[in-house]
Amino acid sequence: MRDITLGQYFPADSVIHRLDPRVKILSLIAYIVLVFCTFHFTSLAFIAATVLTIILMTKVPLKMYLKSLKVIIIIVIITSILNLFYGTGEPIFQWGIIKITYDGIRNAVFVCVRIICLILLSSVLTFTTSPTDMTDALERLMKPLTVFHVKVHEIAMMMTIALRFVPTLLEETDKIMAAQKARGADMESGDLFARIKALVPVLVPLFVSAFRRAYELATAMECRCYRGGEGRTRMKQLHLTKRDFISIVFTAFVIAGVVLLNIFGHVLIPSFV
Amino acid sequence: MNYISVQNVTFQYDEQNQDAKPVLDQISLEVKKGEFVAVLGHNGSGKSTVAKHLNAMLIPTSGKVLIDGMDTADEKLTFDIRRKVGLVLQNPDNQLVASIVEEDVAFGPENLGIPSDEIRERVDEALKAVDMYDHRKNAPHKLSGGQKQRVAIAGIIAMRPDCIVLDEPTAMLDPKGRQEVLDTILKLNRENGITIVMITHYMEEAVLADRVFVLDNGRMLTQGKPDEVFSQVELLKKHRLDVPQATELCHKLRSWGVAIKKLPLSEEACVSLLKEVLG
Ligand SMILES: Nc1ncnc2c1ncn2[C@@H]1O[C@H](COP(=O)(O)OP(=O)(O)O)[C@@H](O)[C@H]1O
Ligand SMILES: [Mg+2]
Repeated sequence: MRDITLGQYFPADSVIHRLDPRVKILSLIAYIVLVFCTFHFTSLAFIAATVLTIILMTKVPLKMYLKSLKVIIIIVIITSILNLFYGTGEPIFQWGIIKITYDGIRNAVFVCVRIICLILLSSVLTFTTSPTDMTDALERLMKPLTVFHVKVHEIAMMMTIALRFVPTLLEETDKIMAAQKARGADMESGDLFARIKALVPVLVPLFVSAFRRAYELATAMECRCYRGGEGRTRMKQLHLTKRDFISIVFTAFVIAGVVLLNIFGHVLIPSFV
Repeated sequence: MNYISVQNVTFQYDEQNQDAKPVLDQISLEVKKGEFVAVLGHNGSGKSTVAKHLNAMLIPTSGKVLIDGMDTADEKLTFDIRRKVGLVLQNPDNQLVASIVEEDVAFGPENLGIPSDEIRERVDEALKAVDMYDHRKNAPHKLSGGQKQRVAIAGIIAMRPDCIVLDEPTAMLDPKGRQEVLDTILKLNRENGITIVMITHYMEEAVLADRVFVLDNGRMLTQGKPDEVFSQVELLKKHRLDVPQATELCHKLRSWGVAIKKLPLSEEACVSLLKEVLG
């Protein structure tokens, strides 16, 4: 049986892990906006340093972060190269039609650092927040949307049930595959089309079973007095603690830092525009 | 007074087709508060259908089901009936909602709108009652079948019901899991005074009950104390129902002329009886 955990939650005992998930989600949004509001090298360097500090605080091995970067490294390289060659202004290097301008270098560096920061920040959230905490926090944060008839409770319930049943269904897939292999099904050879065809005898029983499970689960939920979100209370309550307020203040300082550096950065380091 | 009272219930899944043989045919049964009763029968004899009548998941086509005096046909009472009579189903995998044990147990009380502090209390208490407190932070899919079924039972206990109906709770479990679940059910009945209706097709489990109801093809074949029911070996055999091995052995011996008055239900009783008669 494979031991799958949905998402990439990495349990560890760090300050970031213990932050209120709502604070983490909102801070993530703030930092993402901030990353795109860096207009000077100094503020860009400042936000990069902040991201690095946060990463170190999570106590998640750096290897994990590198792994999450690996997926998008191609995108980073391609966008940086495109930016590098499409700069306007005086070329500092020219070879045929290829010219590199100061502007191009600047854009390439900015895009590169911004994307990397973006991925790292989202990884911080997914590494340090368990899927259940995430669902809980999203349900609570989206609560105001019920005014616009968004089915917040139902969405959260679907996420909860999905989290609960994905491992069960994966396990079942393994069993069905083993059963079909025992009957002589060949899943590993042949061209793409043959392989897709080989999946049919796996998917059909899997779907049948999933529907049966859904039907039984619905019965069980009704037996346990489920009537939708109305009148429902929750055992787990999220409370903001001192830790959360400190992190909010920290974020406020980072925002102030970025704004100041955007304005006065060129005073500190005049050679950069 | 009877806590559960099923009066002449006839039930048909397909109400249009009046000619079809009903799934339940004139079923009556009564359960007192604090009792432990077992419902026996073949596959397809209507056991699950009976179970679903006890918490208003199904409403009789004709006849009446009263739970603590409340008629299940009254839609306004459905919610109150379900919080008093909890139903545990056969497959533990398909009853657990959340991916953390304690959050799953909290699901019922959350639906009842109970304040969070009290839910916490109830969840801890329920998990301790089924001896799963140490697993409260685990994921259900990492538990054994017996453990999962105990979590499902805890999820019901946390709603503080008067009665728990269990529909073949041990059918999908290995012998160890079966024993765990059985011990838990017995403990809840004896120590917490919860009324238990256990549906099963294991004779050894039915023997533990105060009273046994035997269903056959949607009809009530016989009912009574376990020794009364299982002494009707001929009747049960005629309907292809088993009796406990010890009972069957002594029944055979009796038919061969061994002087046995009262048929034993368990192996121990059988051994001591045989020692007495033969020794
Ligand atoms: N949802 C349903 N719709 C139609 N017929 C059903 C349904 N559930 C059960 N039945 C039929 O009712 C009969 C009794 O089923 P059930 O109560 O599940 O028996 P048991 O639990 O004793 O095996 C069976 O013949 C079955 O085919
Ligand atoms: Mg059944």
